[in-house]
Amino acid sequence: MLNIGGLHEGVVIDHIKAGGAMKIYNYLNLEKIDSSIAIIKNAKSNKMGKKDIIKIEAPICVDLNLLAVLDSNITLNYIENDEIVRKEHPVLPTQVTNIIKCKNPRCVTSSETERNLPHTFKLTDSENRIYRCIYCEQKFKGQL
Amino acid sequence: MKHIISPLDLTVNELDDLLELAGRIYRDPKRYCKVCDGKKLASLFYEPSTRTRLSFEAAMMNLGGNVLGFSSADSSSVTKGESIADTIKVISYYADICAMRHPKEGAPLVASQFSEIPIINAGDGGHNHPTQTLTDLLTIKEMKGGLNNLTIGVCGDLKFGRTVHSLINAMVRYEGIEFVMISPDELKIPEYLRHETLDNNNISYTETNILEDVLPKLDVLYMTRVQKERFFNEEDYIRLKDTFILDRKKMQYANDDMLVLHPLPRVNEIATEVDSDPRAAYFKQANYGVYLRMALIMTLLNLPEPTKEV
Repeated sequence: MLNIGGLHEGVVIDHIKAGGAMKIYNYLNLEKIDSSIAIIKNAKSNKMGKKDIIKIEAPICVDLNLLAVLDSNITLNYIENDEIVRKEHPVLPTQVTNIIKCKNPRCVTSSETERNLPHTFKLTDSENRIYRCIYCEQKFKGQL
Repeated sequence: MKHIISPLDLTVNELDDLLELAGRIYRDPKRYCKVCDGKKLASLFYEPSTRTRLSFEAAMMNLGGNVLGFSSADSSSVTKGESIADTIKVISYYADICAMRHPKEGAPLVASQFSEIPIINAGDGGHNHPTQTLTDLLTIKEMKGGLNNLTIGVCGDLKFGRTVHSLINAMVRYEGIEFVMISPDELKIPEYLRHETLDNNNISYTETNILEDVLPKLDVLYMTRVQKERFFNEEDYIRLKDTFILDRKKMQYANDDMLVLHPLPRVNEIATEVDSDPRAAYFKQANYGVYLRMALIMTLLNLPEPTKEV
């Protein structure tokens, strides 16, 4: 078993679908954080067989609920003074802006004159985790 | 301030009020001929249109108002790279209400986010065309006496046809609605509409590819054109375009009070010999479109009912 030191303060993003850690790393722009970050890929998991984990040694200011858009199984463990003080499953946000890009070439967001428009998606079917572009209703189904 | 971007932007009660007003205007248009005196409609058509643009302009003129605008993107500042937001901020100073057609889906919604005046979506690509749907509802209400307890057949391109999708979304809000979907297998209604609209609202529907079999049970037959521009492969278009042609012979299977509707333009899907059949309501439907748009302009401008005949 690979041993990575515990956190004094920060967040552990656990139960990431195996192979998804780097996508989440990029998605959260973690390269911009000047703190220790451990990415563990293909860790053994009783529940999932294999999983990825990201440990961030810093309080994080981003709304981590956004991660639910990509992976519904994720667990967030918040650490303070070497102890887990909170364990959460991210909840699907009702609306996300500039997280998902609309890929419909007929959407107004694809217009050259509208390049400053935010890409906003609304949750339309929480059971099936379906978001739709507010402009053209293009479907996005979150998955890593 | 209210905008009309999607056919579902109006509640059923607001829709009832709008259709009632449109009916009153239809029955006594002279009474409303000055209600928009001094008001201006900006008609911003970024792509060509015949019926919709002229219908909006006729509606404003019938109300005593004026119209300004453009009828193609080539004659607007979009060619200089101006954004929709900037255009509508300026137009808000020139007009009281705006009808916008745009080839990009969602463009009228963008305009509504920056506008100081009500925006009416006059068609955004293959997405929404709310005034067509509202016109369809007005036609059905006026000619069938109401919008409840109807069996509606929709025929032709049910996969790409936005008018059909909008009509289904609007009609599921009424009681006792049943749909009969008539299309070739390749052009059946999309899965999301089946799941999110029909199944979620417990709407009963059947599917067939034989028009004659279902005609006797329909109250309304909504015909649509198979649109060439939706196909990547011209062979598929040629193979499917004439699958359903409504002619006098087929009309013999229909009830005496069945309505034939079509958003127009038609190509071959309704033979011209059907035009003289009293059940053919598609030109009347275009006429109702003007009254619907008159009512919509009045409603969005919060104009009161004229108190006495002008």
